[in-house]
Amino acid sequence: MARADLAASPRGAPGIVRAWRGLRGPNPIGYLFTLPYVLFFAVFTAYPLGFAFYLTVHDWNIVRDVRPFVGARNFERLLGDELFWKALANTGVFLVVHIPLQIVIALLLSVILNQQLRARAFFRVAFFLPFVTSGAIISLVWLRLYADDGMLNMYLGLFGLGPVGWLSDPRVAMTSIAVMATWKNVGYYLMIFLAALQAIPEQLYEEAYLNGATAWQRFAHITFPMLNPAFILVVILSTIGGFSLFVEPFVMTGGGPLDATLSLVLYLYQQAFQFLRMGYAAAIGVVLALMIFLVTLIQRKYLEREVGL
Amino acid sequence: MHDRLARRIEGWPAHARRALFYGLLLAAALTFLFPFLFMVSTSVKGARELYSMNLIPQEPTLDHYRAVFTQIPIGRALFNSALVYGLQTLSVLVLSSIVGYALARLRFFGREFVFNVILLTMMIPGQLLLIPLYILIVRFGWTDSYQGLIVPGMVSAFGIFMFRQHFLTIPQELIDAARVDGASDLTILFRVIWPLSVPVLITVGVFTFMGGWNDFLWPAIVNRDIAYQTLTQMVTLYGIGGQAGGQVGAVMASTLIAVLPMIVVYLVFQRYYLQGIASTGVKG
Repeated sequence: MARADLAASPRGAPGIVRAWRGLRGPNPIGYLFTLPYVLFFAVFTAYPLGFAFYLTVHDWNIVRDVRPFVGARNFERLLGDELFWKALANTGVFLVVHIPLQIVIALLLSVILNQQLRARAFFRVAFFLPFVTSGAIISLVWLRLYADDGMLNMYLGLFGLGPVGWLSDPRVAMTSIAVMATWKNVGYYLMIFLAALQAIPEQLYEEAYLNGATAWQRFAHITFPMLNPAFILVVILSTIGGFSLFVEPFVMTGGGPLDATLSLVLYLYQQAFQFLRMGYAAAIGVVLALMIFLVTLIQRKYLEREVGL
Repeated sequence: MHDRLARRIEGWPAHARRALFYGLLLAAALTFLFPFLFMVSTSVKGARELYSMNLIPQEPTLDHYRAVFTQIPIGRALFNSALVYGLQTLSVLVLSSIVGYALARLRFFGREFVFNVILLTMMIPGQLLLIPLYILIVRFGWTDSYQGLIVPGMVSAFGIFMFRQHFLTIPQELIDAARVDGASDLTILFRVIWPLSVPVLITVGVFTFMGGWNDFLWPAIVNRDIAYQTLTQMVTLYGIGGQAGGQVGAVMASTLIAVLPMIVVYLVFQRYYLQGIASTGVKG
């Protein structure tokens, strides 16, 4: 590209023109072509980002015209807000169930799908289908499956078990949602693991096999360490997913019973669109973003060291 | 413990081991498919067997589908979703590839800076911008409109990133040859590079279209008017609101209508879609 561009620029231009050309680089069309992004960024990213922080220091109610500056009061209120802490604790419950389950199932299925397999296409579709369907829509289906008189309890009844209050028992509800979210997303993480598995050089396995390593040893000493980057990615992405949990509790429980499934984003949504407290909701959003940032940072550091094996 | 179990199973004859393996795998696959089977089955079950355990209906009926079409303007919602996310996808493909081309193939001062800004914005969680974006849309007067749905998604940082990475791999000779023939940059992009970029165009297109189609939160925030509701939004509200009146059959019929287009899109573009996930996954 450099050759063509240089050939196109006339020699012997005045000094100032040459200086400007040096500054902008050889191709001014670059500016024209990045313009769509720059405009979009200014209006739909940079401005809202600044506005988010502006909102957090104001008592901003969308139907009132008076929106006084309140300093850090939104954040102070957040620290003393029991429902915020409840939502944070619920997110913790979700992650504790969701992440290990996600990793075990996705890893297991990816190892299986990586083998010589009959009807591999069918199995891949079966495990991936939940991921391509809308979380909101599929939550309506799980709402019926999880209902007190739903399919799951009917099948349990056949074995003389239950009924379990999947969504009506506060001790169980968040776990039910975490299981459903795992079902929904496992196909995605499975593909990440599968791509990483296929990147492992075949000769590592051949050498280990010739040296008499069992299948389990080959998995533990070759596959597992080689999957480390994928492993970190899966933990981080499912953590972000956990902090972003919204549509499943919104559809299935509305945050109940007894706020047991109230998630941070659901709480943000309620504050903004039921109570119209935009400033407070924006403050929740800022804190949420900070938490996501910090947690993923810590995970990255910790996992890169500890799982290094 | 694991070793002992594994060794015992390894002692079995090969066909028994294979049968066990496929049996377990099939059971796992059916568990994953069960909610879909339940959805389809319930949507065609008659009133008398609606709450029965069997998945094969005795007297299949289309009554629930009729109920959906008379109770909500679901055809309109289908049209809205196709229009909104079709236009949005088209815009992402055109605009993001123009920007991706500039970042990959044109040299100008500030190019790396713009690219780094794009990488940074990909890390901003959506929840942070949700409230200010909503207020922005209110101020533009774009609530209850198509613009409010389409415009905030017209350029995609993910799309720009994917296009830039792919465009870097196009041989320079092809571009030089086109330039010698007098082609402009736009001609080079759309006539020379696009035909060589079909897989990445499909990947970005399918991700954008599906991401939009499946979204509930944003349309639910900016649209109250039923005339502008998307399919996902309308069906979700139908399912949780009072309109369905506890009719499980009709709700399941409506959910099937809402997810079927994405299942078809996925099955058709499966190969590119999975490659796209794999490449973003590995690069992180």
